[in-house]
Amino acid sequence: MFEVTRHDEMAQGSIIRLDLNAPQIAAKARPGQFVIIRANEYGERIPLTIADTDPYSGTITIIFQIVGKSTALLRAYKAGDYLKDVVGPLGKPVEIDNVGTVVVVGGGTGIAILHHVTKAVKDAGNDIIGILGARSKDYIIMEDEMRQLCDEMVITTDDGSYGLQGFVTTALQKYLDERFDIKLVYAIGPIIMMKNVCNLTRKYNIKTMVSLNPIMVDGTGMCGGCRVTVSGKTSFCCCDGPDFDGHAVDFDELEKRNNMYLKKEKDALLFSIR
Amino acid sequence: MLDYDVKYLKFKTYLSTYCPHCNKSFNVKEKEHDVLVYKGIKDGVEMDIKLSPYLDVFEVETSMPLEQNSVLDDLLCPACNQSLVDPATACGECGSKVGKITISAYSKLLPFFVCLKYGCEWHGLTKADERHIKLKIPRQEMPEQDQKLRVHNFIEVPYGLTTELAQLEAGRCLQCVTPKCVGGCPVGIDIPAFIKLIREENYEGAAHKIKERNVLPAVCGRVCPQEDQCESKCVLGLRDDPVAIGNLERFVADWTIKMENAKQPLPPKRLNKKVAVIGSGPGGITVAADLSQLGYSVTLYEALHEAGGVLVYGIPEFRLPKAIVRQEIEYLRKFGVKIELNSVIGALYTIDDLLEMHDAIYIGVGAGLPKFMNIPGENLCNVYSSNEYLTRINLMKAYRFPEYDTPMPEGKNVVVLGGGNVAMDCARNALRCGANNVTIVYRRSRKELPAREEEVRHAMEEGIVFRLLTNPIRFIGNDVNWVKAMECVKMDLGEPDASGRRVPIPIEGSNFEIETDLAIVAIGTGPNPLLFNTTPQLERNKWGYIKVNEETLETSIPNVYAGGDIVTGSATVISAMGAGRIAADHIHQKLSGGA
Repeated sequence: MFEVTRHDEMAQGSIIRLDLNAPQIAAKARPGQFVIIRANEYGERIPLTIADTDPYSGTITIIFQIVGKSTALLRAYKAGDYLKDVVGPLGKPVEIDNVGTVVVVGGGTGIAILHHVTKAVKDAGNDIIGILGARSKDYIIMEDEMRQLCDEMVITTDDGSYGLQGFVTTALQKYLDERFDIKLVYAIGPIIMMKNVCNLTRKYNIKTMVSLNPIMVDGTGMCGGCRVTVSGKTSFCCCDGPDFDGHAVDFDELEKRNNMYLKKEKDALLFSIR
Repeated sequence: MLDYDVKYLKFKTYLSTYCPHCNKSFNVKEKEHDVLVYKGIKDGVEMDIKLSPYLDVFEVETSMPLEQNSVLDDLLCPACNQSLVDPATACGECGSKVGKITISAYSKLLPFFVCLKYGCEWHGLTKADERHIKLKIPRQEMPEQDQKLRVHNFIEVPYGLTTELAQLEAGRCLQCVTPKCVGGCPVGIDIPAFIKLIREENYEGAAHKIKERNVLPAVCGRVCPQEDQCESKCVLGLRDDPVAIGNLERFVADWTIKMENAKQPLPPKRLNKKVAVIGSGPGGITVAADLSQLGYSVTLYEALHEAGGVLVYGIPEFRLPKAIVRQEIEYLRKFGVKIELNSVIGALYTIDDLLEMHDAIYIGVGAGLPKFMNIPGENLCNVYSSNEYLTRINLMKAYRFPEYDTPMPEGKNVVVLGGGNVAMDCARNALRCGANNVTIVYRRSRKELPAREEEVRHAMEEGIVFRLLTNPIRFIGNDVNWVKAMECVKMDLGEPDASGRRVPIPIEGSNFEIETDLAIVAIGTGPNPLLFNTTPQLERNKWGYIKVNEETLETSIPNVYAGGDIVTGSATVISAMGAGRIAADHIHQKLSGGA
């Protein structure tokens, strides 16, 4: 059993932050890794990327958007409640050297994960340009935390209610055109965003890393549900990832596979309401 | 003695008995049962002696109170009143006087003796004659759930032997002096001894006898391929069907589970030695149980949220009810084994971390990485690995969606690729999840199907279609990337390869399509790299399995042992348990300074 030590709601209650008491995981987890959570006996095993760790107090932080039954269920867990199972840290941690200037691009809830990754990028001694994007002002999360890590930062919103109006790619293109010292782009967010970022950077031939979040069951390489096509070959996101070279990832396939259970997800929600 | 179930008696070795003087039968119908009635004399008093006419049951009833072990003075035929006592013979067990009568058993007249000592069961039949009589009991079939009904539920298919059937089946065992069956058992269960205890109706004793060598009798009684192991060695099998050892094992194990108050051996005194076991599958459980029994403090690390490994995520409910596995795990826990769930070794702890905390480690992680065909379209939606399909349904209970949150893979025309036990499990699971047609596609012929005969029979009975000598070459998707068909090619068998199986060769131009909306790839598994990523010093062979000293199962890292699928590649539950036993022996030897 894993105690929830903190429960925060962001972006008008659509994004939840939970701190969990899991000292062993907190001691081991590196940026980029994820945990599998099963809230209760009936719950589904869902992968959630670790957004932060505090090895001293023994907690890990997860930040997630409410998209279906399982995330809605997790929202109900307040400080003092217990989650049945938390497994981790899974996946390969971010491996980054000092390459020079790195652009980190985050969209929506992806910003939470990006924050942890950015820490690793910073620790490696890189200069960081941050680009954060969301639907509107209310959906931009962790702005202050990101500002502390980034040397430059731009915010874009779809509706222009905050920062630049447009997508993250608009801002990114501007940087790619103006700056020639960018060696690496890190993009974490919705699949469509990562796909568009990759399509853009491919033209500039700049290596782009993405963090994928496919459907998983066990998260340890046993089920193969998380398989993604990378460079024409099947990879298991849980063991080989979750970070991949975005230029090699087949995003269309991933998007379709991730939508496999959309109807079931609705059934499950309806069932729980009833 | 008359309160026996009629059905029970009917199956016993029935004896027709005759007086050697007047040739009249002693068999008398009393109420609904037959009994043998003699006249006995004790201290000048005449009394009726009633004996059951069954070779295995020597219950004596007298019309006078008679003390156990008192000896009658004489035994008379009730018809001709002549003495039956045979002065030339004495009881082979207690030396008392005996009465001699004739029995007719299966068209053979044999002398049969009745010991005059009350309570003595000696009958003077030679082993050969006894066998001659007993051989005639056919092997008892286990009752099974109806094949039409069972495809709509997840209830276990075989019901298990009833007490009567178990008694009858146990009676078939010849109790060989040098039993061959024991040699066929990877963990060396004393099979004749536990069967003898069943005959004596000492089921608890029988259970303890099995548990001496095997900590998971309820599981092994169900999933072991006995036909290739103990039963293949049974002497009876030469001329008849072998004794149903597996079914008897299952009977005993289930009996103890039903009797909740069955005694559990107390945990032994703890030594100051710690052992970590990675993986709570059958191999890990065996190591944990064996070492715990010897007094070691054992911690079992399991990556998933439930202990049992393949027993909980792989083998379906209708073949191995999860409640049974839970019961067996509970037995371990009561024994003092610590079980750490949700602990992925290689992630949460490395082998080095564990070595700091423990004196020895056993790696029994199995071969958990699913293999794929590597053909086009394999990543289409609704193409699953057998591991994912079975895990969703068994471990996550997706068949009870939406009560349980994990969605169930659904399809009306299901194809399963592969011909092993796992393929059969997937196919039968799919039927129970509402598929209309389930097809197994296998590239060799029926003879080469690697699945157990019983599994193939069950699958066929349930209406699963077998497309043999057929190999898939690609999956075809629809406009939203869901699988809609599978293209296959017909195969022909060529010359035998290194494994002795004939190599399938595609027949050119024989391509055809099978319509499908759910495909399950069940073509085997390989070693999971997760553990090795953080332990590169652990030596492995060219297929990625761990290299071990074949005798001791020690790996290239001292005090780290490994066994089961992660050493041999995919095999059976019992072979993993066999490896666990060997490793436990050697861990004990090493830690106790014996070697």
